[in-house]
Amino acid sequence: MASPSGTPTKITQGAQTKGGIGESTLRPDGTLKVTGEFAYSSDMWHEDMLWGQILRSTVAHAEIVSIDTAEALATPGVYAVLTYDDLPTEVRNYGLEIQDTPVLAHGKVRHHGEPVALVAADHPETARRAAAKIKVEYRDLPVITDEASATAPDAILVHENRDDHHAGHVPHPNIVHRQPIVRGDAARAAGRADVIVTGEYTFGMQDQAFLGPESGLAVPEEDGGVHLYIATQWLHSDLRQIAPVLGLPESKVRMTLSGVGGAFGGREDLSMQIHACLLALRTGKPVKIVYNRFESFFGHVHRHPAKLYYEHGATRDGRLTHVKCRIVLDGGAYASASPAVVGNASSLSIGPYVVDDVDIEAIALYTNNPPCGAMRGFGAVQACFAYEAQMDKLAKELGLDPVEFRQRNAMEQGTIMPTGQPVDSPAPVAELLRRVKAMPLPPERQWESSEGADVRQLPGGLSNTTHGEGVVRGIGYAVGIKNVGFSEGFDDYSTAKVRMEVVGGEPVATVHTAMAEVGQGGVTVHAQIARSELGVAQVTIHPADTQVGSAGSTSASRQTYVTGGAVKNSCELVREKVLEIGRRKFGSYHPAWATAELLLEGGKVVTDGGEVLADLVDVLEDESVEVEAEWRHRPTEPFDLRTGQGNGHVQYSFAAHRAVVEVDTELGLVKVIELACAQDVGKALNPLSVIGQIQGGTTQGLGVAVMEEIIVDPKTAKVRNPSFTDYLIPTILDTPTIPVDVLELADDHAPYGLRGVGEAPTLSSTPAVLAAIRDATGLELDRTPVRPEHLTGT
Amino acid sequence: MRVNFTVNGRPQEADDVWEGESLLYVLRERLGLPGSKNACEQGECGSCTVRLDGVPVCSCLVAAGQVEGRDVVTVEGLADHARQRSCGGSSGNSLDEAKAWQAKGTDSQTGEGTELAPIQQAFIDAGAVQCGFCTPGLLVAADEMLERNPNPTDADIREALSGNLCRCTGYEKIMDAVRLAAARQGEAV
Repeated sequence: MASPSGTPTKITQGAQTKGGIGESTLRPDGTLKVTGEFAYSSDMWHEDMLWGQILRSTVAHAEIVSIDTAEALATPGVYAVLTYDDLPTEVRNYGLEIQDTPVLAHGKVRHHGEPVALVAADHPETARRAAAKIKVEYRDLPVITDEASATAPDAILVHENRDDHHAGHVPHPNIVHRQPIVRGDAARAAGRADVIVTGEYTFGMQDQAFLGPESGLAVPEEDGGVHLYIATQWLHSDLRQIAPVLGLPESKVRMTLSGVGGAFGGREDLSMQIHACLLALRTGKPVKIVYNRFESFFGHVHRHPAKLYYEHGATRDGRLTHVKCRIVLDGGAYASASPAVVGNASSLSIGPYVVDDVDIEAIALYTNNPPCGAMRGFGAVQACFAYEAQMDKLAKELGLDPVEFRQRNAMEQGTIMPTGQPVDSPAPVAELLRRVKAMPLPPERQWESSEGADVRQLPGGLSNTTHGEGVVRGIGYAVGIKNVGFSEGFDDYSTAKVRMEVVGGEPVATVHTAMAEVGQGGVTVHAQIARSELGVAQVTIHPADTQVGSAGSTSASRQTYVTGGAVKNSCELVREKVLEIGRRKFGSYHPAWATAELLLEGGKVVTDGGEVLADLVDVLEDESVEVEAEWRHRPTEPFDLRTGQGNGHVQYSFAAHRAVVEVDTELGLVKVIELACAQDVGKALNPLSVIGQIQGGTTQGLGVAVMEEIIVDPKTAKVRNPSFTDYLIPTILDTPTIPVDVLELADDHAPYGLRGVGEAPTLSSTPAVLAAIRDATGLELDRTPVRPEHLTGT
Repeated sequence: MRVNFTVNGRPQEADDVWEGESLLYVLRERLGLPGSKNACEQGECGSCTVRLDGVPVCSCLVAAGQVEGRDVVTVEGLADHARQRSCGGSSGNSLDEAKAWQAKGTDSQTGEGTELAPIQQAFIDAGAVQCGFCTPGLLVAADEMLERNPNPTDADIREALSGNLCRCTGYEKIMDAVRLAAARQGEAV
């Protein structure tokens, strides 16, 4: 079939764009995005295409007694209705790590909104109405909603007959994974403590709420295969899960990355990929599926809600003695990324502090709540909220300044993690706190003006609920630690294909990777790397697809490090080949070809002393040089299942925040006035994008501090607020100014010394806001998000 | 039903429109103008913001039939709209202008060299675009505010854009972009 409209094309940047690494080069896709021409997956369109619709369960836990599709099938305009019985092979489950997720429900549903049947029709409304005509009879089962109901002696098993690789070591089949970490002797160390504080904390379920809903277009191909245009975070991971269900070899499932409207972890798991392919292969027509917002809330995993139990001890002079903690993450009905989230939550559970004696346990539950998995910060977010609350409690007990107390215990290069792994690159935790504290504070009572109070700058805003009466200010600090890259022994590689040739009398580099550009600006950075390494002005970014090797996931703050590293590596290999050609052609004319360190700069081969040896145009002539190579960072190890010891992480990323809030104590309304951040990024490859990442991450942390929470009914396990009317994310009025101080201390193990940026600011933002609200109100506040009733006691 | 209206200065006719279809659906699926985005379909996110007879609206909440005979500006028409405004024209389009409308190809696949409205250029320059899904709606809303209020305070900007959700940027670079566009507009006068 012909290519659909919206098929991504190569983007060449050159004439108006310059800039290698370290410069704030503008996005190559910027013009397309501001003119409306950039095609997102939901913009894909094909002549004669059908629209797919998914019927989802209306209950959380039930046996399926019967499914009657007759009336839906008879609806004019409907081309296909599929259920579990129509799946073409014996592979009927998928999953990132554990293949426990049914493509379509079989025999029972395990959470509210689970896919049960599919419809393809010639108009989206026809598809929706036909789906509504499918009759599903359910027989309700009791719902598992928390640790107590999951691990009760007579608990129903969410998944029976588990045979996954965690099944053998978990204490109960309704526990997905358990990771203890024991180092030193926490019980004995507690005896040295002058002060011990304990706390029980609750972290609400956050949604990624990316703005571009799940969507894609599956086009059947003449060879019996399918071409999927899709918004995802990792094309090759999708491919590995899709192909076996369709009964096709991976070579017959072509994947092209379509425009991605944000991700934040919510596109790590499959959503409508297999469904669209099944309908396309069944009908022989292109099938587009676009979730609406309501469906999107059911169509992807969320951030794990958590219960966190902590005990911290310290000596009178403000040194931590020990930490004991237990983190219970609700993984919901399917495993998704839960095992890895457990690994992060446990290994990062004490924060960026020096503590020799720890006793840690993290578990993820199987329940009938919505499945939870990856979201920006990935297990480290929940822990940071709790350990930073504990640090403030301890500081208060000790009568110490909270920043000073943190600095006394701050880790630094050489500190040993609870896992026994030494931190072998800069860890400027105390310095980040110093910097964020040193920033000037916003003026008091900034709502006052000559014309009276500007209510837009007060809690309650245009609701005009106060002109300053009952409003108190508070300031809070927090700092966090996040791992960068996939951990625990995962083979976390990326692939880059780089070509160099002369086009129109100019040397041009083409960079082709499978990296999912989800908004972060990876494509900008790839062009910068190619310019720096290859000395060209023009760089063409090839659309991401599965015609090149895997780039790994756009997750874990890893893409600039890993795919950036792969692009750098392939550029270096291309450069060597270009220089070989140069030596062959021109080596006899100048001894420097053999003796000097040679670079490519400004379209020329130059010595490290700056002498020009040849034009790249003359070296290459009509030859093109191309390299596709995989690149890996240092290997990691799994954590020991009993002790949690192991060199599990690649790199760490640190950020600190200071929050200034004003609280209307009478109504319980919070206005965040400023949220300052200091972060070490190793090396800012693109400073403008780095600051954008920090501000965006900070704002998502703000959201879960004061407004964002998916409410799940504890009696029915049904989601009560699947819309932007009821699930609130920060608007521009809710978001304060976010001054950012960027520190660049190189990590010698990483390309250019860089450090992954995207997640660390999401960690410390939330506890800083909570600390500021506690400072303003004097309340304990052991849960997030904070709602008005928590502040007014009503 | 059939709906006749003007989009970005050009008369359009949409046939076989089902009564339940929104203006957004007709723009995206029937007129080949997918620049306006569908992110919530309930008027909460502003990604589908267009101007209807000059007024910013969520096109997902406007029934297609309601735009019969009316004038719509989308992100695809923003550059033309800004150019006409800077030429002193009214915000509407005269018949002659509408007749003179023609599609302009871009000279490269990046769109480099494309004529942009000042607010579009400012969004690129300030780093206000990440995933870009909210961008079309924000651009239409911000452009309309600057038309009304060429020297907005920060509080004015926040109020005017409070109906447009962005999940990537934390809004700081969007603030920068609107301030930049206002400043450039001021210099140009």
